[in-house]
Amino acid sequence: MEHYISLFVKSVFIENMALAFFLGMCSFLAVSKKVETAIGLGIAVIVVQTLTVPLNNLVYVHVLKEGAWEWAGLPDLDLSFLGFLSYIGIIAAAVQILEMVLDKFFPALYNALGIFLPLITVNCVILAGSLFMVERDYHFAESVVYGLGSGFGWALAITALAGIRERLRYSDVPDGLQGLGIAFIMTGLMALGFMAFSGVEL
Amino acid sequence: MASEAREVLFEPLVDNNPIALQILGICSALAVTTKLDTSLVMCLAVIVVLALSNAAISFIRQHIPSNVRIIVQMTIIASLVIIVDQFLKAFAYDLSKQLSVFVGLIITNCIVLGRAEAFAMKNPVWISFLDGVGNGLGYSLILIVVGTFRELFGSGSLLGYQILPLTSAGGWYVPNGLMLLAPSAFIIIGLFIWVLRVWKTEQVEKPQYQIRQVHRTEVV
Repeated sequence: MEHYISLFVKSVFIENMALAFFLGMCSFLAVSKKVETAIGLGIAVIVVQTLTVPLNNLVYVHVLKEGAWEWAGLPDLDLSFLGFLSYIGIIAAAVQILEMVLDKFFPALYNALGIFLPLITVNCVILAGSLFMVERDYHFAESVVYGLGSGFGWALAITALAGIRERLRYSDVPDGLQGLGIAFIMTGLMALGFMAFSGVEL
Repeated sequence: MASEAREVLFEPLVDNNPIALQILGICSALAVTTKLDTSLVMCLAVIVVLALSNAAISFIRQHIPSNVRIIVQMTIIASLVIIVDQFLKAFAYDLSKQLSVFVGLIITNCIVLGRAEAFAMKNPVWISFLDGVGNGLGYSLILIVVGTFRELFGSGSLLGYQILPLTSAGGWYVPNGLMLLAPSAFIIIGLFIWVLRVWKTEQVEKPQYQIRQVHRTEVV
């Protein structure tokens, strides 16, 4: 149990997807102008991430990994070069299915997430979660925790940035830094703040 | 024709830079810029993928049904990235280990899909190919600038050759460890955008909230 809590804290704070690995930056900077939309996107990322990382873990272990086809008499078959193609396919399919399920059973949530859901397919955080999971050889339970943690960390970061940017509107920024420039520097300072967590061990 | 080609090729460098103006493709790039050689490899990989995917998508653009186009584009891009990844693993194994997951993340790099959607779906093959190269170069420009700064000041070397002698080796330069950490990249890009927009003032964004100038006489 301790191991999982430690993994969760690590993926939320120490290895924050947005601030330590620069992932999902495009939507991170483009959608963080208002707190409400930022929270919407954040929740969507958490849901999709928690779903796709374990799914891709199953695919990796049972289909792609070297020796996964041993039961069929093909112990040397190594399909891991097909990894990228299958992960992105699974992510696209999962997002599509999630969209249909939400539309049918939770229309309120569907309307709230609205346009963000389809965009998530091409959000680097989601694919990176799966790729890190493969690189670090997480097993199934770990991949669930890691998916939840990394999604939550990203949501936390975008919500915080949106809060700061809402206030930042009223400050007098030099012309050249207006908008994107100051957002970058803000993110840099936030990342500096998150560096304080590095070295925290549970 | 020739001038159009030149425009498509060089416009993304400063006038319409994918990172500094279009906010595309920041995602997978910054983590690889702690060293110049990894940045260069990443740039090459992105240019190759971007140019070939633009050309391929533009080649079959008349035959792609519009409601499944994203999936078609993703498949083309993912296949190209797999080729690049296997190539790096075969010929530059150490570098590909350092780049870790970031080569794979070219698939979801918004630059590639963004240019496919915005340009390759509407233009002929050769021009789309040039557009891919041009945008790749614009992306590379920023990566190389950031990579140079971070490696030079973070570890006193460029491409592994020692430029500034470190104190630990008897020299005078104390390396700035912050440059090797994530926050420095954000701040360098922020400053880069500032410099670019001071030079090209038409890129400056309008403030969302204008502080109204009140004259003293008005208050009285």
